[in-house]
Amino acid sequence: MKTKLPEKITLAHGGGGRLTRELIELLFLKNFSNPALARLEDSAEVPLGRERAAFTTDSYVVSPLEFPGADIGRIAVCGTINDLAVKGAVPLAISAGFIIEEGFSTGRLAKIVRSMKSAAAEAGVPIVTGDTKVVEKGHADGLFINTSGIGRIPEGVNLTCEKIKPGDAVIVSGNLGDHGVAVMNARNALGLSDSVKSDGAPLNLMIAGILKAAPGSVKLMRDLTRGGLATALCEISQACGLSVELEETAIPVARATDNACRMLGLDPLYVANEGKVVIFAAAAGVAKILSNLKKSKYGRKAAVAGRVIKDAKPQVRLNTAIGGSRMILPLEGEQLPRIC
Amino acid sequence: MKKTLNYRIRVSPAKKNRFSSPLWRDKGLAARALEDMQALTVQLGRLVGQRPLGRHLQRIAGRLGKTINIMEVCGTHTMAIASSGMRRLFPAGLKMLSGPGCPVCVTSQGDIDRVLALAARPEVTLATFGDMLKVKGSSGFDLNRMRENGSDIRVVYSPLDALAYARSNPLRQVVFVGVGFETTAPLIAASVLRAREGKIANFSVIPLFKLVPPALKLLLSDPKNDISGFLLPGHVSAIIGVRPYQFVAREYNVPCVVTGFEPLDILAGINMLLRQMVRGRAEVEDEYSRVVKKNGNPTALRLMAKVFNPADASWRAIGKVKKSGLCLNADYLSFDAIRRFKIVYKEAPEPSGCLCGAILMGKAQPPACRLFAKSCTPSSAVGPCMVSSEGACAAWYKYGG
Repeated sequence: MKTKLPEKITLAHGGGGRLTRELIELLFLKNFSNPALARLEDSAEVPLGRERAAFTTDSYVVSPLEFPGADIGRIAVCGTINDLAVKGAVPLAISAGFIIEEGFSTGRLAKIVRSMKSAAAEAGVPIVTGDTKVVEKGHADGLFINTSGIGRIPEGVNLTCEKIKPGDAVIVSGNLGDHGVAVMNARNALGLSDSVKSDGAPLNLMIAGILKAAPGSVKLMRDLTRGGLATALCEISQACGLSVELEETAIPVARATDNACRMLGLDPLYVANEGKVVIFAAAAGVAKILSNLKKSKYGRKAAVAGRVIKDAKPQVRLNTAIGGSRMILPLEGEQLPRIC
Repeated sequence: MKKTLNYRIRVSPAKKNRFSSPLWRDKGLAARALEDMQALTVQLGRLVGQRPLGRHLQRIAGRLGKTINIMEVCGTHTMAIASSGMRRLFPAGLKMLSGPGCPVCVTSQGDIDRVLALAARPEVTLATFGDMLKVKGSSGFDLNRMRENGSDIRVVYSPLDALAYARSNPLRQVVFVGVGFETTAPLIAASVLRAREGKIANFSVIPLFKLVPPALKLLLSDPKNDISGFLLPGHVSAIIGVRPYQFVAREYNVPCVVTGFEPLDILAGINMLLRQMVRGRAEVEDEYSRVVKKNGNPTALRLMAKVFNPADASWRAIGKVKKSGLCLNADYLSFDAIRRFKIVYKEAPEPSGCLCGAILMGKAQPPACRLFAKSCTPSSAVGPCMVSSEGACAAWYKYGG
């Protein structure tokens, strides 16, 4: 099937699924074409003298701006730090650009900025540069934030999908789907109790811990944001030409999130996270990685969710709780709640 | 004869565990249920193959062919069957058909066009469940496209949200798209009652409701259909109870089991159907008794009766079926958006090549459609069975057969 650019951009093009990918490939990749970008990883690798730097950027347009567990400021800081960390980089500094709608409350802005400060302090990464723009009322939804970050990739660290081999373990760092459900609940007043909180968290220290504890075992990591675990695994499977087999019963999902997803007709495998990472690792290092993840408060529920296998054609499969199996495809567009 | 195992799940009396027992996904129990299913299928095959046919089988013999065709009549079942991957574990000779259980899918093309016509009016804010956004009208436009072009279309999770929006935006005409079965109708009835009480005149509903029992009748009255048994929808039955299905067993001799939505519920429901068939019986049984009561939910039924009347409804690829839907009754007619905005109904053809109609009637499975997974995918769907997350085509596409 031949795909071409759509006439107009739809919300689904920003959903983090297959359509987002198509837009990136057909427009951005085609025009900006260069080897660092072509890898389409969470952050790009750029040589800096004899060193290697990781560089990334991300914009945050979440609505509402505050939700249980985090706010736009916290996830803007954490998201960029995590994009650097999953590349194996030590984040050095980040920037913060604000687009503010005329009339926005200064008190609210101050609260969000303080939340950024505390997330950055927790991660030990300074916010070293920034930008402020104000647009006319109605031209932005309250507040948009862009953050960029730069990190140093230590010598010897080289995480690429080429390293993934059959038999490698697929580790998930904790309960999936909490962020997406918390935001949806806050946005639509679904009436769920606030027991589901966003997982927005900086993961750089936790990740540095596992890279140190099991050097060489970690093959590849991905920050699990929009599109969830399912979409990330599909992309990795395509990139490395190998299949991933997940065990439904091994995938960590909190009870409250699972219930909310069932009620809304969502699949937690596709729901967004802001503080979770998937780790592809050699079987030999799994025990060390797990015990290290569990030392961090952001990795307590870490678990091996599946493994890499060789198939005729790369795909992601899920062995279901009752002993069946099914395919996992990338997210198509937006996740929509069901009707009955 | 192999003694059948009793693996039906006993629900813990502690109420808080009623809806979340881990047993409902237990692999060991599932394996036993599947063993049972295998044994029952073989036994039934032997019984049906015998000549002369056992006397006790004669009542249901007309419905038993080479394959046992079990139809689920609920989109949530379709999704549960696909997402648990159970189809691959079923014995040969047992086939699951998806019936007209997805509300968006059964809505006729002409009615979809009416929804789009309402959305196009500048004074209207259309409030809808998310599933409707990507269903194309005969012009090729869907609500998503109309939203990009400036129509005011909002996704809501409950008709009460739409009502609240109407209350706080008195200058907008808020129209709620009432697509759904007996599960959705009571809540919409409640929102209409509240609109009347609160004198919210700028709220109205497009009544496109469908009823499950008439749909079953429609399926059964087609001589080309060979449905051996029905897995009946748990949610709908929680509202209407089990009595409205009695005619299926009595008049058409087809076994029925009201079934829940956990994978083990479905395995249990299928086995209950197979057991009825082996015994030559056709009854309406309730597997989902932890939720479904014989008389349904009287409060919900009262709400519906207060606001709605049975009415003719248009079904995709079938046309108008007598008393198969609901309309607002004389007291609440002023909340009918179709009347308020005088939107006329025009028959519209199905998208060319689309097999949705045949799939909804259990006459084909999605891969039989030549558009399936080729020109018709969830992100650019031709027919509604691929659009709706509960549609049979979407389930097959997403999870594999």
